[in-house]
Amino acid sequence: MTLREQLREKISAAFYRHGLLCASYPVPIILFTSASILTCCYPLLRLPLPGTGPVEFTTGVRDYSVPSHEPQGDLGERPDWYRGPPVAYIQQVLVKAAVSPWDSSLVTVDVFRSPLSRAFSLLEEIRNHVHSDSSGIRSLETLCLQVTGLFPGLRRMQSVLPEHGCLLVSPGNYWQNQRELFDSDPDLLKTIQKHEPKGLHTSATLRDLLFGVPGKYTGVSHYNRKRVVTYTITLVLSSYDARFLGSLRARLKQLHPSANCSLRDDHMVHVHFKEEIGIAELIPLVTTYIILFAYIYFSTRKIDMVKSKWGLALAAVVTVLSSLLMSVGLCTLFGLTPTLNGGEIFPYLVVVIGLENVLVLTKSVVSTPVDLEVKLRIAQGLSNESWSIMKNMATELCIILIGYFTLVPAIQEFCLFAVVGLVSDFFLQMFFFTTVLSIDIRRMELADLNRRLPAEAGLPPPKPGPLRPREVPPPPRPSPHTITLQTPAFRNLRLPKRLRVVYFLARTRLAQRIIMVGTVIWIGILVYTDPAGIRTYLAAQVSEQSPLGDPGGGGLPPHLGVAPVFRGGDPTSTLSIHPAPDPTPLPENQSQGHHGSARAGPLPQAPPAVPQITWGAEDEEGWRRLSFRHWPSLFSYYNITLAKRYISILPVIPVTVHVSPQEAIETRHPQDTRHPPPPIPKVSADLQTDLTLYKVAALGLAAGVLLVLLLFCLYRVLCPRNYGQNGVAHGRRRRGDLPCDDYGYSPPVSEISPLLLRGHSMDIECLASDGMLLASCCLAGQIRVWDAQTERHNIDFVGGATEPECLGSEARGPSVSGDGLSEEEDSYPLRHRTAPARPTLFTDQPDLTPLIDTNFTSQPPSHLSTPPREGFDFGGLVERAYIEHEPPSNSTYPSPSSASSSPPSGATADWESSVWAMELRGNLIAAGRSSGKLELWDAVEGSLRCSNEDGVSGITALAFLNNRIVAARLNGSLDFFTVEINKPLCLLQYRGAPGRGSMPPSPCYSSEDVISCQLTRSVQCAHQKPITVLRAAAGRVVTGSQDHTVRIYRLEDSCCLFTLQGHSGGITAIYIDQTMVLASGGQDGAICLWDVLTGSRVSHVYGHRGDVTSLVCTTSCVISSGLDDLICIWDRSTGIKLYSIQQEVGCGASLGVISESLLVTGGQGCVSFWDLNFGDLLQTVYLGQSSDGQGVRQLLVLDNAAIVCDFGSELSLVYVPSVLEKLD
Amino acid sequence: MSLTLTAMSDSAVTSGQQQWSGSGPPPRPSRGPYISAITNRTTNLGIRGAMLFSVGVFLALVLNLLQVQRNVTLFPPDVISSIFSSAWWVPPCCGTASAIIGLLYPCIDSRLGEPHKFKREWSSVMRCVAVFVGINHASAKVDFANNVQLSLTLAALSIGLWWTFDRSRSGFGLGVSIALLATLATQLLVYNGVFHYQGLQYTSPDFLYIRSWLPCIFFAGVITMGNIGRQLALYEYKFIQEKTHQD
Repeated sequence: MTLREQLREKISAAFYRHGLLCASYPVPIILFTSASILTCCYPLLRLPLPGTGPVEFTTGVRDYSVPSHEPQGDLGERPDWYRGPPVAYIQQVLVKAAVSPWDSSLVTVDVFRSPLSRAFSLLEEIRNHVHSDSSGIRSLETLCLQVTGLFPGLRRMQSVLPEHGCLLVSPGNYWQNQRELFDSDPDLLKTIQKHEPKGLHTSATLRDLLFGVPGKYTGVSHYNRKRVVTYTITLVLSSYDARFLGSLRARLKQLHPSANCSLRDDHMVHVHFKEEIGIAELIPLVTTYIILFAYIYFSTRKIDMVKSKWGLALAAVVTVLSSLLMSVGLCTLFGLTPTLNGGEIFPYLVVVIGLENVLVLTKSVVSTPVDLEVKLRIAQGLSNESWSIMKNMATELCIILIGYFTLVPAIQEFCLFAVVGLVSDFFLQMFFFTTVLSIDIRRMELADLNRRLPAEAGLPPPKPGPLRPREVPPPPRPSPHTITLQTPAFRNLRLPKRLRVVYFLARTRLAQRIIMVGTVIWIGILVYTDPAGIRTYLAAQVSEQSPLGDPGGGGLPPHLGVAPVFRGGDPTSTLSIHPAPDPTPLPENQSQGHHGSARAGPLPQAPPAVPQITWGAEDEEGWRRLSFRHWPSLFSYYNITLAKRYISILPVIPVTVHVSPQEAIETRHPQDTRHPPPPIPKVSADLQTDLTLYKVAALGLAAGVLLVLLLFCLYRVLCPRNYGQNGVAHGRRRRGDLPCDDYGYSPPVSEISPLLLRGHSMDIECLASDGMLLASCCLAGQIRVWDAQTERHNIDFVGGATEPECLGSEARGPSVSGDGLSEEEDSYPLRHRTAPARPTLFTDQPDLTPLIDTNFTSQPPSHLSTPPREGFDFGGLVERAYIEHEPPSNSTYPSPSSASSSPPSGATADWESSVWAMELRGNLIAAGRSSGKLELWDAVEGSLRCSNEDGVSGITALAFLNNRIVAARLNGSLDFFTVEINKPLCLLQYRGAPGRGSMPPSPCYSSEDVISCQLTRSVQCAHQKPITVLRAAAGRVVTGSQDHTVRIYRLEDSCCLFTLQGHSGGITAIYIDQTMVLASGGQDGAICLWDVLTGSRVSHVYGHRGDVTSLVCTTSCVISSGLDDLICIWDRSTGIKLYSIQQEVGCGASLGVISESLLVTGGQGCVSFWDLNFGDLLQTVYLGQSSDGQGVRQLLVLDNAAIVCDFGSELSLVYVPSVLEKLD
Repeated sequence: MSLTLTAMSDSAVTSGQQQWSGSGPPPRPSRGPYISAITNRTTNLGIRGAMLFSVGVFLALVLNLLQVQRNVTLFPPDVISSIFSSAWWVPPCCGTASAIIGLLYPCIDSRLGEPHKFKREWSSVMRCVAVFVGINHASAKVDFANNVQLSLTLAALSIGLWWTFDRSRSGFGLGVSIALLATLATQLLVYNGVFHYQGLQYTSPDFLYIRSWLPCIFFAGVITMGNIGRQLALYEYKFIQEKTHQD
């Protein structure tokens, strides 16, 4: 035993034990697994949630220092992106300006014209601020972010945004930062509005950028009732200098003190931006996800034969997903932070880890014998697949290891994830999925049990009385061994894809659901991302709620509410107002020392009527109200990306400006007064912005409805209206033999039950049928003839009148037959139900009865024993008869019937030799014996009609066609016999009826005929070696021999037409039918198709390892089975293998074709029905109680779609009702 | 994706069949024009070709987008134009090539008499396509130290793809030869200045970069399209057989 095998055994044993464990304690194991999953996923909580929104981190201003690039030991709550210097520092100067006191002589333009004009002086102040100390002189120019040029595509922004130099943004940019342009601008609002993009926009607008506060809060409009204008001057700094900024802050506060401002200025916020996903990146991502879902769909579709397909599919997906999560969690736990984009690599990880193992496990478990205990099934299934699972896993690990040595960091990281994912996937498969599978299998068995119970419960009173009315359909025969099987392996061969798609859509209502979900998501995205959308609206609502919310109440707008309480908490902001900026830059010490310039404002504190400038908490971080794309879009105009980087936002510098009415009037443009104050409309400014919201909502809704309608139309066009019922073809198939089980069309499964015909004492050797009678011969040399194959005799059959006529040397007791019959009685009603009606033809039947009676009268009474349990009478139409024919050789008295029918003198049966071949035509049974003797028996009476002992070599095969018998012998010779009938005229008149009624096409031999069998020709050396196969059809006799050749003879003149050479092994199987198709299979595993007319080889294919054991053709395909337990289906015209079916080991080699699309194969104690179109196993019918039993070696398909096969010493008759239905 | 395509074409034809049979009495009621069309060998070939063509065009567009991303910063000026940023004839060429390859593979299989039986199911095909897209993704997104490393990695990945999903000698031979031919053709085009890759004027490092991944990508693409083609062919055979059963 090699090491490999030892290993294999050990692995198998370990898996077996593990399977037992899992199936024994499902609940603890599932709990344990869930706990471990949760534990492993726990580190994931620390990871940021995926999303494109920015992430913030706040630090104090005082001890701020630029974070180093190196990760430090005490990470603490510091996010990992907080490393290195930020892209920029943002310093906002938040200006709130108002004309105060408000004068009724002022016009609406005055609300914002003069406050805006203050921006220019402020700008001047900021630009010129210089801070000098020991380390040198610093001005804004040295600190600010120098930009070099606008993004090429932004020509229209050129006039507004600074093109080079400091990135300093303020409303003054609208007028190129020149006061003169501002002053000469007749219509400020028009200028501002000019740059607004048309239509809906989702990112930051220019107005937001320049004003630095959302447009709604600026107050620059005609409807500003509060008369406070808010804007910011935004400085973008490339480096941080606390002293310069401190002096600037102090300077501005000094110039424009904010009296009631209590804004905190000790925190700076670092904002980290994620990578934005554009459509260009989204499309490949979406594609990979679509492929992933297709993969998952196609994989989980193969799960079959379980109680809950969807449950197991879900379990499989959960297994894979949680193993991924576990891998990420574990990697995070051990300090490996994922740098890859999780969303991008996720589909590839799933594909690498794969669902294959899960499917293999399922398949292996469900293919274990169903009668085993669940535990054992799980254990067996696991151990069967253990080797391949371990091998696959080792291979995958090897591949990933190779990937690890590519030394590319990204690939290495991927591989690391994949390795951990694979291992955790294995763990989950073993513990989680196996347990779920065991639960599922157990549930299935319970369900089976429940389904079966009623049937068995109805059984115990099988015979309520002898006169049970026929109309009552009794419960179906208990079929503990009839199960419906479907192999998962051929699931993909099943329906055409078109139907599958249609069914899938129909079953899941997929299209409708996708449309619904898509619409909801789309509208959600629309609403969420739009700056005028619900998010900002909600934020505004929240901020409005806080102070005082009575919008309709007074003249004060609800926006900032009335909070005129001067908080006065800030000691630095108690100074009075500076009316005008100081144009001269102040030196550093001045900026600190001058707490209050000498020039006091011309205006004292405003009277209560003046517009109140209040500072609230929402001003502290006013940038939060901006769109989260505000900063990225500002930087992107200068081709600077913020993706995966961060900016630091410094605390705002509050500036309060009060403008006197005089100044406001002075700064007026001449045209301002010319405009009459526009009538204040009923709607307020807030309402106007609300209108935008409503517009968006209405548009979104309309577009959504349109989309739904469009998709619905598309759906109606693309999908057929009535699923699956278009076209005759589908309907036919559905009603017929193809059960489309998982699409809701359940097949008539439980109707197939085998009927056992008992009577033989030993194994059945030969089977022959001519469509009406069935003859069987066992190893003991006993031939039994069974009737009722044809539909017309069905009632016979049903009534238990399967007539076993024993022609044999050993007198079998009638009780044996009686047992078989009583067994059949039980099944009678089923028969009756499946083929109801038609008692008309039984007028023929009474003819038979007197005949048999006469025979019985001439026999000893002991043989006439009527079966004791003949508990039925069906109006005397049907009678059971036994003919015990004692052959002359070992019977003390000669058979009167055979004597009276004047058999040929030499016709003594040979009981020493066994019957090797048997054929049945009409009433005649031709039996070839090992002694070389050919015997002709009367099938009805059981009398030996003639025998021929011309040959001495054993007859290996027989063909009986018309009135000729061809016998192939062991020595390779071929004998042609002619059967001659001499009908005595006197007997013909009253013997005509049964023969005439039974079977017109085949020659009928009555018992009184004198039959002689003469050797017409003997081909001595037909083959060099024993003839193995002999078939006759369409006037041709085809022989196959072990000498690798096939010969074709003409039946009439026994002339050899062709010798076909092409096989490299002995011929083992031949098929020929009326259409002159000849197929042959040999020991070399090859299958040849021949043209019988020309003798040429049409095709030659290799399909089997080992002998071809059986061959059958339909009009379109050739079906072969081989010693390798493989059934191959070949296209007849092209010789291309369509597919093959791997059967269990040791299954029989017998094949039969019931209809064009129904194949039946014999197995170990069972027969299986296959759908030829798709290679699906439709049903397996177990023949007996013990499935261990004998294999079905021979299988005959009768005309009425019944199947007869041998089953040890019994014959089994399986009736296929669904096919009958189709034939109707 | 091919599922979607199949579904689309299938249902389109189905509805066509319905309309058709509603308008007039069909000459043969037992089967509609769809069945007869699909069982016709040439039509069937055409359908397969069309499917493969659309798959090829789609993959070309998507993968081109992946490559485009490498050269674009955050703000592509126009997304739609970047989808079609390459020359207009590139996607049709890819589609045609994939149709030819997808039809060639089953054909060669049947000629050689060794039908491909390794992992013949749609889930495996999907896996193959996913790995192919992944290889492209890696070549576009992962930064390699040098081009040799890129080439070696991609070659290993492509061979792995072949070994995992194909394992047939004919597939390997065809893949290698087509990859070499295609690379040669691309190089010739580039040298003659006909075809500036993706419409970009490239500098020599770019050029070397492209040259280093092109053969591997071609090889993986050939294997993938062959896989799809074989699967489609298998499905057509089944259809033909079913039709003869119904007759």
